[in-house]
Amino acid sequence: MTRTHITCTINGDEVEFLCDQDETLLDALRDEVGLTGVKEGCGTGDCGACSVLLDGRVTCACLVFAPEVDGTTMVTVEGLAEAGQLHPLQQCFLEGAALQCGVCTPGFLVAAKALLDRNPDPTETEVRYALAGNLCRCTGYDKIIRAVLDAAADMQTATNGGSTAATTA
Amino acid sequence: MTVTEETTTSGPGYKWVGTRPIRPDGLDKVTGKARFGADLALPGMLEGAVLRSPHAHARIVSIDTRAAAAMPGVKAIVTGADFPDPAELGGRPDEEMVAANIIARDKVLYEGHVVAAVAATSRKQAQRAAAAIEVEYQPLEHVLTVDEAMADDAPLLHPDLKTRGMDPAPEEPSNIASRISHERGDLDKGFAEADLVVERTFTTKPVHQGYIEPHAAVADAGENGRATIWCSSQGHFAMRTMTATVLGWEPSKLKVIPAEIGGGFGGKTVIYLEPLAVALSAKSGRPVRLVMDRDEVFRASGPTSGTKIRVKVGVTNDGQLTAAEAWMAYEAGAYPGSPVGAGGMTILAPYDIPNFSVEGFDVVVNKPKVAAYRAPGAPMAAFALESVLDELAAGIGMDPVELRLRNAAVEGTQASYGPKFPRIGFVETLEAIRDHDHYRAPLGPNQGRGVASGFWFNAGMNSSATVHVNEDGTMTVVVGTPDIGGSRASMGLMAAEEMGIDVAKIQSIVADTETVGFNDVTGGSRVTLATGAAVVEACRSIKADLRARAAKTWDCDIEEVEWVDGQAQHAGGGETPLSLQALARKSGRTGGPISATASLNARGVGAAFSTQVCDVEVDPETGEVTILRFTTAQDAGTAIHPSYVEGQMQGGVVQGIGWALNEEYIHDRDGRMENPGFLDYRIPVASDLPMIDTVVVEVPNPAHPYGVRGVGEVGIVPPLAAVANAIAAATGCRLVDLPMSPPRVLAAITGKADG
Repeated sequence: MTRTHITCTINGDEVEFLCDQDETLLDALRDEVGLTGVKEGCGTGDCGACSVLLDGRVTCACLVFAPEVDGTTMVTVEGLAEAGQLHPLQQCFLEGAALQCGVCTPGFLVAAKALLDRNPDPTETEVRYALAGNLCRCTGYDKIIRAVLDAAADMQTATNGGSTAATTA
Repeated sequence: MTVTEETTTSGPGYKWVGTRPIRPDGLDKVTGKARFGADLALPGMLEGAVLRSPHAHARIVSIDTRAAAAMPGVKAIVTGADFPDPAELGGRPDEEMVAANIIARDKVLYEGHVVAAVAATSRKQAQRAAAAIEVEYQPLEHVLTVDEAMADDAPLLHPDLKTRGMDPAPEEPSNIASRISHERGDLDKGFAEADLVVERTFTTKPVHQGYIEPHAAVADAGENGRATIWCSSQGHFAMRTMTATVLGWEPSKLKVIPAEIGGGFGGKTVIYLEPLAVALSAKSGRPVRLVMDRDEVFRASGPTSGTKIRVKVGVTNDGQLTAAEAWMAYEAGAYPGSPVGAGGMTILAPYDIPNFSVEGFDVVVNKPKVAAYRAPGAPMAAFALESVLDELAAGIGMDPVELRLRNAAVEGTQASYGPKFPRIGFVETLEAIRDHDHYRAPLGPNQGRGVASGFWFNAGMNSSATVHVNEDGTMTVVVGTPDIGGSRASMGLMAAEEMGIDVAKIQSIVADTETVGFNDVTGGSRVTLATGAAVVEACRSIKADLRARAAKTWDCDIEEVEWVDGQAQHAGGGETPLSLQALARKSGRTGGPISATASLNARGVGAAFSTQVCDVEVDPETGEVTILRFTTAQDAGTAIHPSYVEGQMQGGVVQGIGWALNEEYIHDRDGRMENPGFLDYRIPVASDLPMIDTVVVEVPNPAHPYGVRGVGEVGIVPPLAAVANAIAAATGCRLVDLPMSPPRVLAAITGKADG
């Protein structure tokens, strides 16, 4: 079977890979691109462990065929930290003990980033519904929800602090 | 080796124990770098697939692999014939069962039972080849419940299985693998003394541990008769032992390297894929990776037992429990080994009841062999008992916490399962809930509040740890118990406390089977206790060594050297203190590298208790139950890293809520699972839940250097009954069958018979 050539942008880098026509984006990211931070928990779109941002939308990579992503821009958990600086969500997950085994964590971080990108100041209920597609069996979600709320608060403070400083200058 | 005796200190005064540093493995887990079971790829690696039985019970007439083997890219196929006959392993019966569960020979005993495995150049090709294997089955009648399996004319899974624990021993085989019993006092007298007796029969369905990471293993068998396995498990030494047994190899021929583990909850204490991967690798001469998909995880890896439990308890009007009788039957799945033993030992353990009888049965059925699941056997038992206690409290007009307080086991109480309790914290958990503002908060219409308690033994078992002092004055703590929920962090904290150095200077790692001494599994809530004790013991040896080296440097007696705040100090103050870093730097001149190992069989396990309160609202039109508020109080002994103690408590509660409200294996008439995915087997999601409030009770375990009790399991014991009791309070209906899903609750509140 002829393999399909894909060019896309992942975590800021232009990436090329070959994939089978019926290969999932999840398998391609893990096996062809080597981004094993994207996890398979179910393969049926029910657990969210393979969540990636596909052109800004949180997407289960297991529900997308790899040939569909030609020309798209993606962010995976590997792309959340920038220039050696953890994303506030990553920092708050660490400080708030929002992970136990850690296998669902990449998907939660990506889904939470998608939430905060569009709603920087969510309520607890909004966080719970935004993350309802991500399963965690270890934490009971409590510390995950708190970490996302903490990250939102930290990012708000940073934004406000930044603009204040800019005004003063 | 000598162990320095140091008295247990309790309560505050620790510098590091009880703090909340970021866990050492955390960074890799928030950046996607951490390698879990399926993440390893080796050069030349093949991918595998497994062919599983579509029948709940069938005789295998023939297996023809010729067409599959001829397919392009197929490098190896194994069937039961490629493994030693379990009956000839010369091992114990339970080892035979493990072997028979890994791959079927004459008979398949459940849907999902492995029949063959294939290695090929891609996973898809392996799957296609597995599908091309021709198997002729002769279907047999099957049994799915304890009622069906215990019936007189039931079809038998194992023609030679005769019930153990019966007097006289039965002559005829049956599906009842064993009987357990505990008795004390005079049951008739006890019930005669009661003012109120309640008797109920409860059922629960098999539920899955539901770890998010499916089972995965990579094996690379060499030509020298050895093999290396990378897998995610709760104990790589146990994986080595069991895999060797199934293969008929010496355990030392296998090296098992632990991957990060994506949840286990007991379900990864057993092997599934490892022997298949080794056999395929040996046959193909290439590394082989086997990964289950979610469907396989549900159909073929261990859920916990479905159960039927009858409980009868008597109480006086002033709240004294006078007698209790329990009859318990647990599904074992296809091979003996349900946790009915633990169920029988735990069901009455929290209470001091003078007269009781507990009888339990381990029953084989045509479902996957059950595996441990967090406090195995205890949650279903507590569901039954704690529901009946709730009814008794209501019946005599007593507060349910007060009823429990009046009968609670305390230090010195003879536990229902035998020994006398040492210092325990059950009463303290009850008082914590009674005094919590949650317990007095107002409730609205259709809302109800339930309380329940639970007990779990916790385990000790074998642990080894090695501690190295590095040349820069940092330390490496090497353990062999996989870190599922922050144990590297708690090992580091105990080592920091012991050594008097910053926890940031300690690196805790989980090493493979050839790098650290033997360790039993991460299970039984034992790691912080037992591996922690080994780490502390190794650190104490290191301290003694460091003091000796300082004494040598100062040319004084070791008794004149104290270890204080991470440095050696001369008792007389006549010398400049020597820091760990200074001693490490000159170790080459004072006796060589500084390193110590401790291996122990942990004793002095501290029993764990939890009491929980739950508020629910029941929708009278749909029967849907919403958890409004949940508070859990648990005795942790000492919380080494409180965040991860809270995390264990919260996680256990939420698994219990799922068990109570949603989760169940649903089988069709042919014994095939109908809901083998997370859409239809619904575990709790974030929007189902409130925050889970925790009260960490600390009644130190006097037998542990830092007072640790296990914390991993007991949190899942009370929620089933706490939710049921809350529903009863909200609706006036006592639900006795799990899960309490909307149709069941609706049927109960509208007065229709339970379907």
